[in-house]
Amino acid sequence: MFGRLKEMLIKEFIQIFRDPRTRFIIFLPPIIQLLVFGYAVTTDVKNAATAIYDQDNSVASRELTSRFIRSRYFKVKENIREEGQIRHLIDHSRVKAVLQINKGFENDLRSGRTAQVQMIVDATDSNTAGILLDYGQRIAQEYSQEILLDRVARSAGPVRAIGGLDLQSRAWFNENLESRNFYVPGVIAILLMLVTLMLTSMAIVREKEMGTMEQIMVTPISSMEFILGKTLPFALIGFFDMVLVVLIAWGWFDVPIRGSLGWLFLGTGLYLMSTLGMGLLISTISRTQQQALMTTFFYFQPMVLLSGFMFPIENMPEPVQWLTYLDPLRYFLVIIRGIFLKGIGPEILWPQMLALLVMGVSVFLLAIHRFKKYL
Amino acid sequence: MHSSNPRNIAVSVHNLSKQFDGFTAVDRINFEVKKGEIFGFLGPNGAGKSTTIRMLCGILPPTSGEGKVAGLDIHTQREQIKWQIGYMSQKFSLYEDLTVEENINFYSGIYQIEEDTLRRRKEWVIEMAGLQRHRGSLTRVLSGGWRQRLALGCALLHEPSILFLDEPTSGVDPISRRQFWDLIYELTGRGVTVFVTTHYMDEAEYCDRLGMIYDGKLVALGTPEELKKEFMKETVLEVSCEQPMKAMAVIQNLAAVKEVTLFGNHLHAVVPDARTAHKAIQLVLSENAIKLSRLEKISPALEDVFVSLIEAQGKATATGGEGA
Ligand SMILES: Nc1ncnc2c1ncn2[C@@H]1O[C@H](COP(=O)(O)OP(=O)(O)OP(=O)(O)O)[C@@H](O)[C@H]1O
Ligand SMILES: [Mg+2]
Repeated sequence: MFGRLKEMLIKEFIQIFRDPRTRFIIFLPPIIQLLVFGYAVTTDVKNAATAIYDQDNSVASRELTSRFIRSRYFKVKENIREEGQIRHLIDHSRVKAVLQINKGFENDLRSGRTAQVQMIVDATDSNTAGILLDYGQRIAQEYSQEILLDRVARSAGPVRAIGGLDLQSRAWFNENLESRNFYVPGVIAILLMLVTLMLTSMAIVREKEMGTMEQIMVTPISSMEFILGKTLPFALIGFFDMVLVVLIAWGWFDVPIRGSLGWLFLGTGLYLMSTLGMGLLISTISRTQQQALMTTFFYFQPMVLLSGFMFPIENMPEPVQWLTYLDPLRYFLVIIRGIFLKGIGPEILWPQMLALLVMGVSVFLLAIHRFKKYL
Repeated sequence: MHSSNPRNIAVSVHNLSKQFDGFTAVDRINFEVKKGEIFGFLGPNGAGKSTTIRMLCGILPPTSGEGKVAGLDIHTQREQIKWQIGYMSQKFSLYEDLTVEENINFYSGIYQIEEDTLRRRKEWVIEMAGLQRHRGSLTRVLSGGWRQRLALGCALLHEPSILFLDEPTSGVDPISRRQFWDLIYELTGRGVTVFVTTHYMDEAEYCDRLGMIYDGKLVALGTPEELKKEFMKETVLEVSCEQPMKAMAVIQNLAAVKEVTLFGNHLHAVVPDARTAHKAIQLVLSENAIKLSRLEKISPALEDVFVSLIEAQGKATATGGEGA
């Protein structure tokens, strides 16, 4: 058993590293995709074009404006003098947000009344708009809190906390609302799926297409030895890619890893069982490499959509939500984000791990069963 | 067909059939192959040769019928059969992205051949295939004859007792083919049974016995000599005379002669009835003042048998087969 498996592994590794295409699949997509997601597709909003409509023109209003600028989330493109300009600027997409400070802002603040500040955002891109509003609110709140504390400190009376004013809503686990921290672990999960699916789905069908399958089938090799020989190299490559992208995520993008690497690897192993098994299954049912590639993408796309990576599962129609239970990515996203960002382990993540185990074993058995029919 | 001693039988099949989605590729065939003989399997494209070999090698389950290879059942003992046989598929099926030596190492590893035996077998294969200077070349870049011999070598690494060769010499030059057959003879000399399919009639003549398959049915079985006697309805007359070109023109017009071809400075006339044709040829040549030196019946070539058999079958099924 081990002798023959060893021969399979030697042969597979020679072939994998001799083929420029597989070398490419192993190294390039993980790095490129991670960089793209890390840099370009981040949903953080920085330097959003902003117009200031300061009707008060006071010390306080200028302080608020400069806080907006210093936050670096907003970049002042225009200073406007009259209300009509707001619409014009937004309609022409010249700015994404307008900060409007009404006359009497400073007076209101001084006399302890609620000062009115307005922020108008272009909500065509609702996601960005929401984020901008959120940032704006936080800046305004911080400011008002400081003024309040200042006043309390200066007042002659006894210093006591004034309740009901702390409206700050803290974003948990991802304090700076860095979407990168949230997305990068997800991207790692998707990449692993893509690479391992592509490699294994080609593995068996390629031998079928080249005709080499016919020769190997007349030897005494067993289905198990053949299948393991076809899978183990890609499992190793999967782990290698995992380490590679985790290193990039951690070393380059400063994504925190709060949980244990051991559990991360265990979770990865369970996840790889499903993706490799699925790849094998595709490989056994396809007749050509072309077919296998198509099937892989038909499987991969919905898996990403259903995983909750881009759209929250709670927002999906109920029947679609049921479908997500068949998606290994769904479980692994919870695991990898949990371990990366929350530092939790199997005490909380065991249901996801169990689900992956069950799925991995079943799809593997199915692939072996399908394969037997051909031998 | 009914062999006395089953221990002398390497392969036997009984009513073996294979259907693909209702299409019958092999239709209830029966035959036996004796140990140590070269059994040739002939038939036009799509006749069912490869399908039969695949069933015997245990990589294609038969639809119905029985079969034994090396005394083992092709339904239930497929895995044991695999230790006994060597197989060379019709399409080159070694790894083209591995080198000569890597291919040999891989296959000998799969058969778990002992270290010292392995070294000896490996050298034998490389020498036999003439690949001493190409050990490290990718199989992809080898030319036809080398590939074929390497494939044969890899099929022989584990010293099987029965060898299945599916059109082993197609696309190989005549010298390589000759060398290949020399090897086959050497193997049978050592007691290996060879089951070979081919399109080449000269190769069919090298076989001890032949089976002819057409449209999935076994239409003839026997030694090359038996087949020629049994199935050749027409006779071939060899004509030696002066002015063969002129003679050919006049003989061609005779009603008693079906076809004339020039063989060197002789003529071969295919005739339905030897006696009438004999007289007619003598007469027409003397009328034209062509001196006849010899006129006699010769045995037909296997190709003639093959073509006439297929034509006979083709008339029955109304689908013309193409010969080699
Ligand atoms: N896997 C398959 N599925 C469907 N039909 C098949 C399959 N394999 C073979 N056939 C059909 O069965 C018939 C016999 O094929 P086979 O390959 O045995 O012919 P062959 O005698 O080897 O021909 P050739 O000289 O071209 O190699 C052909 O009509 C072929 O199309
Ligand atoms: Mg064939």
